[in-house]
Amino acid sequence: MGDQFQEELVIRPLHSGDIYASFQFRTMWDTDFLRGSKVSHYRLFPKSLGQVISKFSVRELHISFTQGYWRTMQWGQPFLPSPPGAELWVWFQDTVTDVDGAWKELTNVLSGIFCASLNFIDSTNTVQPSASFKPLGLGNVTDQRFLRYAVLPREIVCTENLTPWKKLLPCGSKAGLAVLMKSEKLFHSSFHSQALHFRPVCQDWKCKSTVWELRQTLNVVFDLHTSGQGKREWSLFKMFSRTLTEACPLASSSKVYVDVTDNPQGELFELSPTTPLLSQAVVLGDRRTYSVYDLTNQATFGQTRSLNMLLRWRAAERDMLRPLLHGERYVAGYGLQTGEIHTLMYNNHPYRAFPVLLLDTVPWYLRLYIHTLTVTSKGRDNKPSYIHYQPSKDRLRPHLLEMLVQLPPNSVTEVTMQFERALLKWTEYTPDPNHGFYVGSSVISALVPSVVAMDTNSTRECPLFSSFFPCKEESSYFMRVYTEPLLVNLPTPDFSMPYNVICLTCTVVAVGYGSLYNLLTRTFQVEEPSPGLAKRLANIIRRLRGVPLL
Amino acid sequence: QPPLPPPQEDRGFKGRINSGRLGNTWQKSALTADGFFLPTKMAAPLTLLLIVAVTIRAVLFRSSLAELIPERVEVVSPLNAWKRGSGIFMMSSYLFQTPLIIYFFHFVSDYAEIVFMMADALTAVALYLAVKDYNKTVFRKQKYALEAERYPLDCLELIRTPKEMYYIPLKVAMFYLLNPFTILSCVAKSTCGLNNAVIALFILCTVKGSSLMSAIFLALATYQSIYPLTLFAPALLYLLQRLYIPVNWQRSSFWLFTTQYTFMYLGSLCVMVCLSFFLLSSWDFLSSVYGFILSVPDLTPNIGLFWYFFAEMFEHFRLFFICVFQINVFFYTIPLSIKLKEHPIFLIFMQIAIISIFKSYPTVGDIALYMAFLPAWNHLYRFLRNIFLVSVVLLACSTLFPVLWHLWIYAGSANSNFYYAITLLFNVAQILLVSDYFYAYLRREHHLTHGLYLKRKDGSEATLVLK
Repeated sequence: MGDQFQEELVIRPLHSGDIYASFQFRTMWDTDFLRGSKVSHYRLFPKSLGQVISKFSVRELHISFTQGYWRTMQWGQPFLPSPPGAELWVWFQDTVTDVDGAWKELTNVLSGIFCASLNFIDSTNTVQPSASFKPLGLGNVTDQRFLRYAVLPREIVCTENLTPWKKLLPCGSKAGLAVLMKSEKLFHSSFHSQALHFRPVCQDWKCKSTVWELRQTLNVVFDLHTSGQGKREWSLFKMFSRTLTEACPLASSSKVYVDVTDNPQGELFELSPTTPLLSQAVVLGDRRTYSVYDLTNQATFGQTRSLNMLLRWRAAERDMLRPLLHGERYVAGYGLQTGEIHTLMYNNHPYRAFPVLLLDTVPWYLRLYIHTLTVTSKGRDNKPSYIHYQPSKDRLRPHLLEMLVQLPPNSVTEVTMQFERALLKWTEYTPDPNHGFYVGSSVISALVPSVVAMDTNSTRECPLFSSFFPCKEESSYFMRVYTEPLLVNLPTPDFSMPYNVICLTCTVVAVGYGSLYNLLTRTFQVEEPSPGLAKRLANIIRRLRGVPLL
Repeated sequence: QPPLPPPQEDRGFKGRINSGRLGNTWQKSALTADGFFLPTKMAAPLTLLLIVAVTIRAVLFRSSLAELIPERVEVVSPLNAWKRGSGIFMMSSYLFQTPLIIYFFHFVSDYAEIVFMMADALTAVALYLAVKDYNKTVFRKQKYALEAERYPLDCLELIRTPKEMYYIPLKVAMFYLLNPFTILSCVAKSTCGLNNAVIALFILCTVKGSSLMSAIFLALATYQSIYPLTLFAPALLYLLQRLYIPVNWQRSSFWLFTTQYTFMYLGSLCVMVCLSFFLLSSWDFLSSVYGFILSVPDLTPNIGLFWYFFAEMFEHFRLFFICVFQINVFFYTIPLSIKLKEHPIFLIFMQIAIISIFKSYPTVGDIALYMAFLPAWNHLYRFLRNIFLVSVVLLACSTLFPVLWHLWIYAGSANSNFYYAITLLFNVAQILLVSDYFYAYLRREHHLTHGLYLKRKDGSEATLVLK
C-alpha cells in the first residue's frame, strides 16, 4: 500500500476564554526492517528518523518537549498529555542484547536530531517502570528490561527544537497545516508541547500485517490576555499570524475540526465561515460534535483562496465539567535538611471508584525514607494493592516507586513520603545551584470510567485525535495525568572556597602531625642559654683556628 | 656552689623519710595498700552511679528530645544511625551497618532503648574493672621500682599513692556515664554505644590478661569499623608485658606469642566475615560497609574533617587525598608503639583518641570513650600546659555546633563555612588535648628517671625543652 500521510488540526475553545489548538500529523510507514533488510528508499517517512529506528531496533519511541504546565482544572483534559520539560520513553525490540548501550546511543542521536540536550539522560535519571508505560502499539512485549523511561524537567523548548521537528513532516512547513506553525506566535502561549510517537499498528481492520505509525503532535494553548489581547474573539490569523491556503499535496486527508459541542444553536459563539460538515466523535469519555473543514476540497477556501476561521463569543461561558481525574504535588517542610513530598490525587466521579497507577521517579540526592510512606483517602489509611520500589544508589540510579491505589469516589487521596537532602560534591551542582533541583513529574495512569460507550474498533475511520490511546473496553478509557515538577533546594558548600578549604583542613591535620612528631622524635633536655652574638662569632673563628671554644 | 635543698617533707602520706632511700618507707604502706583494692567497698557507689545514669537516659527517652536528638548530625552519622524500618522497606540502600548488627536489631528492635542503656552500663562497668586492675599493676610496678631504688630522691611528689588512686575507677565510670556526649549518643540510639562497649570489653580482657577474649573483642571491634585495627599493637604489647616476655626480635617466645595472638585475631575476624556472608548470601556488605568507610562517598556534614574537604575537592585529586587521610589514621601506630612500648594502656588511650579525631565519620560518642580515660591520668595535671584553653574551646564549640547548624540549614543566614569553621576548631582543640596529655606523660617519665628539680651546669634552676 505504501506510505500514507494524514494531517488534522483540532481547535477547542476553553471555558476560561483561552483556546486550545492541537495539530496531529500521521505518517504510516509500510516497511519491514525487522527482517534485516536494509531500507534504502524513503517516501513519506523521514529518513533521519527511519535510520535511527532501524539501527537501534526500536519498537516504540515516544518523545515530547513541553513548555508550561497543563492546568487540568481550568482547561480540561488534553488529547495527548505531556509533562513539563522533555520526556522520552522507548520500547526496544527483544532482539537487542545490550539495552543500556543502545539507550545511551539513542539518546545522544536524538539529542542531535532535535537540537535538545537529551545527552543529559544517563543512568541517574533513567528508570524501567514495571507497570505504568505499557506499549501503546501492537505486540505483547511486556518484559520491562526492554523499556527505558527518562524525563528532564529542566529542559527548555524553543525554536531550535521546533525547526527540526517540522523538518520530519513530508511537506515540511511549506504546505498544509504546518504553515501555521510559526514560532513567534507558538511560543507566545501558556502551554506549548510538541511530541513524536512511533509505534507499530495494524494496517487495516483485518490486521494481517503491521505498519509503522509516526504521529507528530503539537498542542498549544493561547492565553486570552497575552495572545488574545483580552478580546474573546479568536481567528486563525490571530492565533498563528497565518491563514490556510492549501492542503499538503502528499496528504491523503487534511482536516480542521472545531469543537462546537457546547454551541449547538450558535448561542455561545459564532463560527465563520460556516461549514456543512459535522462530525461526532467519542473522545476522552465524552461525545463531542465538531465542525469539519476539509482542506482537500477546494471549495473550503472560498473566493479568497484562504481559510481563516473566526470564533466570536456571544454569551458568557458556563461552568466546565470537572475532569474526573486530577493530580497535584508539592514539597512540604522547612529547612535544608529534610522535607516531605505530598502527592494528591482527586477522583471527581460521584459514585465510581477506580484504580490508578502512580509512578514516581525521584533523584538519588533526595534520600527517600520509604518506611514513612503513607497513603490516606478521606482521612483513613488506603493500602495500595501493588507496590514496586527500587531503591536508589548514590550517583548511579534514582528511586523508582510504582503503586496501584484504589481511589474512592469523590475523594482526595494523599500520598506522603519523607526525604532527606544530601550534600553533593561542588562539581555536581548546576551553575545556578540556588535555583534548586528539579524532580520530574509523577505520572498517574488510569482507566477512567466513561460516560458514553467508547469505540473499541480501532481500525475504523475516525479522527486522529480520538484514536491515539488503544481502547480495549467500552466502559472506560485510558488517561494519563502528569503532576507538577518539584523544585527542591539542596544545602550548598561555598563554591569560592576550594583552595581555602584544602589549605585549612590540611593545616589542622598538620597541627596534629606536627605535635605528635615533635613528641615522638625529640627528647627532653636541659636548656643551656645560648651565648650572645659576639661570643658566637668568636667561637666560629676559634673553631677555624682549631683553638678550644669559649 | 649553694647546698642542695633538703628533700621536701611528706605531702599527704604517712611514713618516715629515710635519708636517701625511698624504698623502706614505702614498705609499710604497701602492706596496707592492698586493702584499698577490695572490690566490695566500691560496689555501692558504682551501683548508685549506674542507677543515676539509667534514670537520666530513661527520662530523656520519654521526653520530646527523643525525636530531636536522632536527627542531629553531630550525634549520628550514616554509619551508625538507627532508622526504624519494617517489612520490605527495611533493606534500603542507606543502611551501612554491618550484617551482624542488622540481624541483632532485627530481634531486639522493640527493646532498643534498653539495649542501648545496657550497652552504656556495660561499657562503664568494663572500664571501671579495667582501670582498677590497671591501677593495681601500676602500683605493683611502682613498688618494685622503689625497692630497686630506681627513682631519684626528689621525685616524692610524683609517686602515686593508693589514696589518690582509690577513686579513679569510679571517676572513669562517671566520666563515661554522665558525659553529655554519651547521653546524647544513647538517646539517639546510635550504634556508637555498642562499638564503645565492644572496645571497653576488649580493654578489660586485655588488662585481665585473657588473650583469646581480647582477640575476639578486638576482631569484633574491627569488624564493626576498620579503625580499631590499630589497637592490635598496644594489646599485644600489654599482653607480652603481663607474661614477662621481652619485646626482642631475636627471642622465640616473643614470636610464638605474637603469632598466637595474630592467629586468634585474624581467625575471629574471618569467622565474623564468613558468618555475615552466610547470613546475607552475598559479599555486597563488604563494599557497602568497608568500602563506604574507606572511600567516603556520603558527604553529610559531621564533626569531622572529611566532609567539607571532599565536598570541595577537585575530582582529579580525590583518590590521592582519600588515601592520605586514611593513612593518616593508621600511620601513627608504629611510632607511638615504639615510643610507648613500656606504657601500653596510655598507648591505647592515644590510639582511641587518634581514631576518634581522624576517622571518616566521627560522632560525639567516639569522643566520649577516650574522654572517659582522662581521670586515670590525674597525676599528670601539674605538667599539662594548655588544659584551660582546650577545655574552654571544647565547651564553646560544643555549644556553637547546633547554633551554626540552625543558622545554615534553617535560618539561611549563615552558610556552610560557619559550621566548617567550628569543626576545624573542635578538632584542633581535641588534637591539643591529646598532645598535651602525651607531653605531660613523657615529661613525668623523664622526671622519674632524671629527677624533678633539675639544675643547669651553673646550678641555677633549669628549664626543660624538647630538642
